[in-house]
Amino acid sequence: MGMDRREFIRIAGLSTLLGLGGKGAFELLRPGQVEAAMAAKPEAQGVVRWAMVVNMQKLDEATAKKCIEACHRVHNVPDFKKPKDAKDTLPPEVLNRYEVKWLWTEHFHNAFPGEDHPNMLEKVAHLPFLLLCNHCDNPPCVRVCPTKATFRREDGIVNMDMHRCIGCRFCMAGCPFGARSFNWRDPRPYVADTFPGYPTREIGVVEKCTFCAERLAQNMLPACVEASGGALVFGDLNDEKSRVRDTLKRYFTIRRKVHLGTNPQVYYIV
Amino acid sequence: MLEKALIGTKRYYLLLAVLGGIFALGFLFYLQQLKVGLGITGMGRDVSWGFYIAQFTYLVGVAASAVMVVLPYYLHNYKAFGRVTILGEFLAVAAVTMCVTFVLVDMGRPDRVFNVFKYPTPNSVMFWDIIVLNGYLLLNILIGWNVLECERHSVAPPKWIKFLSYVSIPWAVSIHTVTAFLYAGLPGRGYWLTAIMAPRFLSSAFAAGPSLLVLLCLLVRKYTKFDPGREQIQSLAKVVTYATLINVFFFFCEVFTVFYSQIPDHMLHFQYLFAGLQGKARLVPFMWFSIVGMTITAILLTNPKLRQNENTLAALCGMVIITTWIDKGLGLMTGGFVPNPMEKVTEYAPTVPEAFITLGVWALGFLVLTLLYKVAVSIKEEIRS
Ligand code: SF4
Ligand code: SF4
Ligand code: SF4
Repeated sequence: MGMDRREFIRIAGLSTLLGLGGKGAFELLRPGQVEAAMAAKPEAQGVVRWAMVVNMQKLDEATAKKCIEACHRVHNVPDFKKPKDAKDTLPPEVLNRYEVKWLWTEHFHNAFPGEDHPNMLEKVAHLPFLLLCNHCDNPPCVRVCPTKATFRREDGIVNMDMHRCIGCRFCMAGCPFGARSFNWRDPRPYVADTFPGYPTREIGVVEKCTFCAERLAQNMLPACVEASGGALVFGDLNDEKSRVRDTLKRYFTIRRKVHLGTNPQVYYIV
Repeated sequence: MLEKALIGTKRYYLLLAVLGGIFALGFLFYLQQLKVGLGITGMGRDVSWGFYIAQFTYLVGVAASAVMVVLPYYLHNYKAFGRVTILGEFLAVAAVTMCVTFVLVDMGRPDRVFNVFKYPTPNSVMFWDIIVLNGYLLLNILIGWNVLECERHSVAPPKWIKFLSYVSIPWAVSIHTVTAFLYAGLPGRGYWLTAIMAPRFLSSAFAAGPSLLVLLCLLVRKYTKFDPGREQIQSLAKVVTYATLINVFFFFCEVFTVFYSQIPDHMLHFQYLFAGLQGKARLVPFMWFSIVGMTITAILLTNPKLRQNENTLAALCGMVIITTWIDKGLGLMTGGFVPNPMEKVTEYAPTVPEAFITLGVWALGFLVLTLLYKVAVSIKEEIRS
């Protein structure tokens, strides 16, 4: 786990404050029937700022895969390659276009375009860099959304109200990290085992990583962090003694496309 | 006046029927899209806007170009354009109708379109675009209709209509500027991240829109008893000439900055469009045809002889329409999204249902245009006789 006991208790306490009512509201949604909605929208706290550190020194192919599976399982992210029913099999040429991903891997030169060079450490060039929404401090996706369906919470999480989203995809053009996915068709026939703790989606809305807001509200760490065996560190950037802050102090980290000024809050130890 | 749209020749009904038929066909495909999702189009997670938004952008330009007949008439008292302002205004109405329909058709959740008004969000450019587009539609309907009504009864239009006509001039510029800002303010989309986007949009609009108007004037003259006038057409041709020249100039300004600075984020998109990237080069022939064609057309247009011959003029105007459409429609959308933020190349091509839905919307626009022009031309014929 990427968090020590003390911090976990701290998060637990805070999340209870933040998430009161969140769980209750969540249970009202019939899992698997309604689209995803972020029930917990806590009021201004101002003290917490969630952030993540991805430690590539500890992350291998297998761990990365475990993280992705954990995330996609608890968020009912469809896998269009695997229909539940053979009649829903899709032609191969649409798989890439339809793909929904909250967490995925890319090579260094794709994750950090322009930062690579021909003589770089070969090992790093082939590492599976885990990519997700950066929960930017200055998020263009929020700036462009015409309905506030994408919004930034006080704790830094950039979240979505999938009941409000009109599917205009302006946010997808706005996000410089490719972190957003659109439901080009009904995803439900491609969710192998519907996870009851999170709603499935309808066609025509955008979705992305939520930093596991729904789990934080229930005093749990993000699913990917839990599955990462310590390769992912999550916590409160505003707490000097938190694990993320400590990690950022001890290691040199990089972030994706900082020159664009979105101020990403996912950090990478290479 | 509406009754004028209801009575016409056999040919008129036939035209309406054909357009109505194409619209209905597109609508059937749209029903399929509603059911299955936008996945029936060629768009995807990398190229997330395609044909629909491309047509939308192009047609905002056509709509804005009405200002090119309104401005000389109202601001410079260029009386000759008095005969064609109505054609420009009604073309704008039809074009904005198509724009709005294309946006609607592109939405993942059209059932929630009113969320835009329920949760107004001034920091989103789309919010402003919806306001200026609908405002412009309203302005042109009001102005066009009232001026025509007054003309019919040979009275001067009321003061407030004149006032609205003045308002419509900067408003026309605003619709295309705001539309350019949809793209030009996005970090990380190097192809769009350019301050010259709005000027380029306007120049190509003032080239394409008046070109279309020239063709429409020629058609109106050929098939009705109303002659928009040779002088009018020639004046429009000059507008087309200058706008096309400026548009070509702006393009080369862009090319200079991008390639002399050598910043990859900006170059890669041009490389994809004009040379191909990572072995993918679907748009290359189109883009070369567009820019070479546009440049040659611009040069030919400067020759007064070619402009004065209405046959060559029509051909050149056709070229302007096609080349600007490729540049602003096909190229602008796909070029902006390719390569994607991970610098990977996913190509885009519209699918059959997508093409039919697009055709359907165009048919709807031309249906509106035909009806409006029928009214306008009938009134004009009536006044003459
Ligand atoms: S990574 Fe993209 S989706 Fe996530 S906050 Fe930043 S801009 Fe928005
Ligand atoms: S697709 Fe949804 S979330 Fe994205 S900008 Fe449009 S309304 Fe906002
Ligand atoms: S933080 Fe949660 S939602 Fe985001 S990638 Fe990790 S598991 Fe998925």
